[in-house]
Amino acid sequence: MTEPTQTPAAPDERPIVSLRDVRRDYALGAERVHALQGVTLDVERGDYVAIVGPSGCGKSTLLNLIGVIDQPTSGTVEIGGKRVDDMSDWEATSFRLYNIGFVFQRFYLMPILSALENVALPMAEAKVPREERRERAAQLLAYVGLSNRERHRPSELSGGEQQRVAIARALANRPTLVLADEPTGELDAHTGAEIISLFQRLNADGTTIVVVTHDEGLADAARRKIHMRDGKVVDGSA
Amino acid sequence: MRTTLAQASLIRHRARTLLAVLGVAVAAAMLLDMVMLATGMRESFRELLVSRGFDLRLAPKGTLPFDTDATIPGVAAITSVLRNNPDIREISPVLGASIHIPIRNREGEGQGDVSSAVLGIDPTVQGDYEFLSGRDVTTPDAIVANDYLIRRLRARIGDTLAVATGYDPQTRTYSGQRKLVLMGRARFVYGAADQSAAAVRRETLEAMEGQARHDHASLFMIRVRKGADPDRVREWIETYIPSVSAISIATAIAQVDQRLSYFRQLAFILGAVSLFVGFLLVTTLVTVSVNERSGEIAVMRAIGVSRAHVVQQVVLEGVAISFAGALIGLGLGLATARYLNAILSAFPGLPMAIDFFLFQPSSAWTALALLVASGIAAGVYPAWRAASLPIAESLRREAIA
Ligand SMILES: Nc1ncnc2c1ncn2[C@@H]1O[C@H](COP(=O)(O)OP(=O)(O)OP(=O)(O)O)[C@@H](O)[C@H]1O
Ligand SMILES: [Mg+2]
Repeated sequence: MTEPTQTPAAPDERPIVSLRDVRRDYALGAERVHALQGVTLDVERGDYVAIVGPSGCGKSTLLNLIGVIDQPTSGTVEIGGKRVDDMSDWEATSFRLYNIGFVFQRFYLMPILSALENVALPMAEAKVPREERRERAAQLLAYVGLSNRERHRPSELSGGEQQRVAIARALANRPTLVLADEPTGELDAHTGAEIISLFQRLNADGTTIVVVTHDEGLADAARRKIHMRDGKVVDGSA
Repeated sequence: MRTTLAQASLIRHRARTLLAVLGVAVAAAMLLDMVMLATGMRESFRELLVSRGFDLRLAPKGTLPFDTDATIPGVAAITSVLRNNPDIREISPVLGASIHIPIRNREGEGQGDVSSAVLGIDPTVQGDYEFLSGRDVTTPDAIVANDYLIRRLRARIGDTLAVATGYDPQTRTYSGQRKLVLMGRARFVYGAADQSAAAVRRETLEAMEGQARHDHASLFMIRVRKGADPDRVREWIETYIPSVSAISIATAIAQVDQRLSYFRQLAFILGAVSLFVGFLLVTTLVTVSVNERSGEIAVMRAIGVSRAHVVQQVVLEGVAISFAGALIGLGLGLATARYLNAILSAFPGLPMAIDFFLFQPSSAWTALALLVASGIAAGVYPAWRAASLPIAESLRREAIA
């Protein structure tokens, strides 16, 4: 089964993610932490990028800016040719809903919803009709290999299964981009490997993926590795 | 989905939610009682006035019925003037006085006396008592009394009583004494259960009171024809009979209202306080619940759930607690109101028919509406917090925790 991504009407040669001289400072009391110090980066459509580097070098900060849940102090962020760095909360929310799929280290499923309902949640928000929602959520669960777990609550699933539900949820509204921050961080090597191959399959089916990771296996599976240090991209920027 | 999530958040901490609901229920009960108290006395007073079907009361100019010992002279003349108005259907003059009845033991020795209020009425048109048993005051030497007086007299129906309208404690002599036969039992509408009351024919009482009270009445009660406007009749009476004040039920209620304004203020303040306590309880609970779920909310926001929907979900939570609390509180409020009413109604000197707490469906609706509104208001602050959560930072904090 293939997972269709949103293909643009005309073939688009431009990068799907494009950052120019992006800086992000945090105020920490009276001090300023320069978490990103001028990042310039492009990600091509259909690419699979792993961002690696030592702890605290700004990987999550960078991913949050690409995911439009944070805004840069300066510089520009474009996604699918659209400026996202100065969007209002309302625009950003709707942009995330239709264009970004998030996968988190700790899965973060809604504990009281079943696997199927968790996957359907972003579709409900996007006002997809109930029947269609159900059908597609079931398809997505099948895609991640969890057809038999539809009715299960997160607490009744293993870590690897929860992460696969989270990946299905990320795909719910056919996003242009899937972002994952340490998606194997909470998993053992074996389950982690399952997630790695799931990401590879997802990318092979056309989804653009950006992961942040310390996991060598996951980073090696990506088509491209970007190394960061001290808030800068040191190797692999396009 | 929003309802599911709000519901889920409440169910997740069942014990905590239950405690909050109970807290709101207590506040709601208090609120309902105060709403009932604010309107109860006025309503039951109105019902009392309306119950015997008299629309107007005539008292001596400038007084309220039985407020003073003043009387209206010229009953016959006033009655004939009143008869000229075709809208007046029934006229019932009432003379009030007090009586003293000596009691003797079986050996005939004096055992002191019992005093009581007495009304001189015409039994065919009276509106002061409900006749219970025996015979009404159809003859000049008949008297009916309430159970309380009969008990104090240790008398039985058919007994002859020596009834006096005056007693001089200095010389220990009775005046206006007359032998009357206790013919029946009655319940006096405007009297309290623990007050002695009796009734005789008005002529009998006038005769006993002597020349001073001849052709006098303390009060007239008037029934108007069906469809006639009591206020028009009231104006007519005040124009043609200048010696009386005519009081319609509406003005009587307005006067009582004025006297009850302290009660209403008290009820208003206590009601507002309970509403506020309920509000704080719900705000606290929902704020705690939002803080606990900040990671979950940040995730929802990250995957594209709008601020408006987060707000709705949080407000819904507050409303659900308030609503559940209100429903339990209404039951609780009714029970406490009944209990308090029983205590307060035993207050000496109040007519039996006066209720402090009167249940009207409108009270319940008012209390319910106020609570639901306060539930919405209670959700506003935590909802605002939830909606303005910085997404990336909350996720980061959650990941560190
Ligand atoms: N909200 C914040 N306030 C202050 N400083 C912050 C904040 N968020 C991040 N930082 C700082 O910015 C820098 C980059 O943080 P970031 O989380 O992006 O690192 P990371 O590369 O993802 O690290 P890790 O691999 O440990 O997740 C760090 O020095 C961090 O302490
Ligand atoms: Mg990180």
